[in-house]
Amino acid sequence: MANRSSKLGRLYIIIVFLLLYIPIVYLILYSFSKGTTMTNFNGFTLTHYGELFADKRMLAIFLDTILIALLSSTFSTIIGTMGALAVNNTKRRHQRETLLSLNNILLVSPDVIIGASFLIFFTALKVPLGFWSVLLSHIAFEIPIVLLMVLPRLDEMSPSLINAANDLGATTGQTLSRIVLPVIQPGIIAGFFMAITYSLDDFAVTFFVTGNGFSTLSVEIYSRARQGISLEINALAGIMFIFSLILVVVYYFIENHNASKLKKQDKLEVTGK
Amino acid sequence: MRRSFKTMFYTPYMLWLVLFVISPVALIVYYSFFNIHHQFTFSNYQEFFSSGTYLTMTANSVLYAFLITLFSILISYPMALVISKLKHRDLWILLVILPTWINLLLKAYAFIGLLSHDGLVNNIFQFFGLPVQHMLFTDASFILVAAYIQIPFMILPIYNSMTDISESYIKASRDLGATNWQTLTKIIIPLTMPGIKSGIQIVFIPSLSLFMLSRLIGGNKVITLGTAVEEHFLTTMNWGMGSTIGVVLIISMVIVMLLTTTKRNRRRS
Amino acid sequence: MKKFAMVFIAILAICAGLAYGSNQLTKSTGDSGNKVLNLYNWGDYIDPNLLTKFQKETGYHVNVDTFDSNEAMYTKVQQGGTNYDLTVPSDYMVQKMKADHLLVPLDKSKLTGLNNYGASFMNKSFDPGNKYSIPYFWGTLGIIYNDQDVKTGSLEHWNQLWSKKYRNDIMLIDSARDIMGFSLISMGHSVNTTNSREMIAAKDKLNRLSPNVKAVVADEIKMYMAEGEAPVAVDWSGEATEMMSQNAHLHYVVPTEGSNMWFDNLVIPKTAKHYKAIYAFLNFMSKPENAAQNARYIGYSTPNTAAFKLLPKKVREDKQFYPPQKVIDKLQVYRNLSAQKVQQYNDLYLEFKMNK
Repeated sequence: MANRSSKLGRLYIIIVFLLLYIPIVYLILYSFSKGTTMTNFNGFTLTHYGELFADKRMLAIFLDTILIALLSSTFSTIIGTMGALAVNNTKRRHQRETLLSLNNILLVSPDVIIGASFLIFFTALKVPLGFWSVLLSHIAFEIPIVLLMVLPRLDEMSPSLINAANDLGATTGQTLSRIVLPVIQPGIIAGFFMAITYSLDDFAVTFFVTGNGFSTLSVEIYSRARQGISLEINALAGIMFIFSLILVVVYYFIENHNASKLKKQDKLEVTGK
Repeated sequence: MRRSFKTMFYTPYMLWLVLFVISPVALIVYYSFFNIHHQFTFSNYQEFFSSGTYLTMTANSVLYAFLITLFSILISYPMALVISKLKHRDLWILLVILPTWINLLLKAYAFIGLLSHDGLVNNIFQFFGLPVQHMLFTDASFILVAAYIQIPFMILPIYNSMTDISESYIKASRDLGATNWQTLTKIIIPLTMPGIKSGIQIVFIPSLSLFMLSRLIGGNKVITLGTAVEEHFLTTMNWGMGSTIGVVLIISMVIVMLLTTTKRNRRRS
Repeated sequence: MKKFAMVFIAILAICAGLAYGSNQLTKSTGDSGNKVLNLYNWGDYIDPNLLTKFQKETGYHVNVDTFDSNEAMYTKVQQGGTNYDLTVPSDYMVQKMKADHLLVPLDKSKLTGLNNYGASFMNKSFDPGNKYSIPYFWGTLGIIYNDQDVKTGSLEHWNQLWSKKYRNDIMLIDSARDIMGFSLISMGHSVNTTNSREMIAAKDKLNRLSPNVKAVVADEIKMYMAEGEAPVAVDWSGEATEMMSQNAHLHYVVPTEGSNMWFDNLVIPKTAKHYKAIYAFLNFMSKPENAAQNARYIGYSTPNTAAFKLLPKKVREDKQFYPPQKVIDKLQVYRNLSAQKVQQYNDLYLEFKMNK
């Protein structure tokens, strides 16, 4: 019985994964097409990759995009996690709900509205438009998603754990690093990855707050749509995708390897003490 | 000592709330009271709630967002459940997120290629002797593609709450003679409710204001509030009316929040 | 905690590497010192080789930022915080920017080669006497059809779109003025009418077109038409060149009863700083050989008649994109209307889109 259901389950996730990856395989496939668009496949070529590597402007934009994604998601993860702790700590129900509603506003407002109001905000404060304004905005709109990823883990955490630690004389810092963080770690990682997603995908907000020569991939792609998006972009997306795929797999196995090592060490320490 | 640590700790988040949430919202509310001639007025709200166009649009948006969310849950829940039981489950979940790193516009173009009249899907249909289908610009394709985009955002919070469930609960329920189905409905689903709720919040509300996909895949046969906001901000430059719709969206978000948060059992007190 | 700190440091290190890399790349594409020109343009709307050539000739490095709609560009220029020297708005937007004091008038004494431009492309209603703008590319609104489904030469008038033959066959470009515009023209009205009765009549006529409309889409219309998803579309000539280069069965017609004529124009926004570079660039782009090279790269119609003469014969004789003078005479340019009228056009258009 259990065996059959797990087989069914496996079949199910294989199908869903196929569906998730088909469009991506499709657009990577076309990066090798001799044509100029994603309509008919005209035989194999590597010219789009050649164009891409000759296009220094595009490569610089690509690096900037990743830079913004990594930096903004790191900071938004830190601030968002702090926020989750704050929300979790509120004593009164309506206070918590107010905080959560405020938190979610940026998730629900259409991008154009956020972008336009950030633009007004930055120009009013005389923040020059460019790298810093984009970074700040990305951090800003990623924080709510991080919080939403971390909060359920905190809520699930049994308060008795913290009480016990406090009773045993642990300082707030110790409780946090030894007890709370390990429990909410999966939430933090999920939040971080979601933040990267939001950063890479955003067009409207970035468009409004950028300037002075700074651009991201999304802005470039959308503004090329009028002329037809060239397959050079497909090539770039393909490289980026394969690269992150490798990175994720490698990261996972290193992480796994270390974790099993650490566990052994922990055991030794415990017995040693 | 402990208090000052706490305040220091919460400052960045609170600062963010004030600078990037409260002040933009104040700005949006402020703008929503101005018409195209920069005069103070309530007419935007009046127009929104009295015009058939906007009310139909709102109804459309709610209906489609509901369907998109429903489909996302139906596909994501079993997915999260199966993945949470796999050996390398963290790796699999990362692989669910990865497709979201590819630009939405590129994926939409890929879908156009896949679903079009001479596209891959129709080629497969023909191979099996099925007639060619007109799939683009239908409600079904719009909802499916939107659900495709949203699925990772739904799987993640649900998975996140599933990894929390201690094996012992499930064992206990089995030992007590519960069937798989009973274990699922009586133990697993209730325990993953917080995850499902986060998922709904992340998926439902942004789906209210989709505009890219409703145009690209839906061919503007479906007009949502997002289309109107886009138009007011970028075409007619009537920021007042656009902001009014923004305010309505924020209020509906608060309502959804109140509906999806049930009383937490306050174990602490 | 230690692990988090390690990950944090690792990410910062990677970021430092990325920042260094992008910095090097930007540097290698040219100096970002004083000799620059900041061009705010549509994406991929200038031949990159021309930018290198310009730098070689004059020493000015061109930084390009991109936008995807006139209105979005307007918002950015209006809010300030940027330092764009040149931008490329369409006709009605030139008029709007001018009215809102966002443009700097051209100093004609510094311009050479203005007489390269054809008389039918200068002195248009959106900028009389070309005080603020120089035309960059121009085009028309027209009908594109696929000769596999529509007999070649059988579709030449706006009114034919309403024929029952084309049930669920037509794709429209998502643009209020253009769609309302062809409906107005088909009834013999001006595309710039502010008469509410005419506008409402145009919308009612569009409502009757609804059964024939397959979809209302934007830039992606190129891909749809190239894929053969629909036999007929209403779109701009610029987009039409793109799709026709991908699908040989497509044809473009400008209905003889008239249509819209659009212009993209080079203008100096109020944020401009590098005036020497600006005039060097404007004069560079007016040179016939450069304008011709750009027209070959972009594929749009050039208003530079001297450059037109340098284009290959096949292009020059293409009536679809360089229509004869008697058709050009019937084309109308959009004028910027009052905010209220723009709103009315869009509201009526929205009602048409929601009409099923």
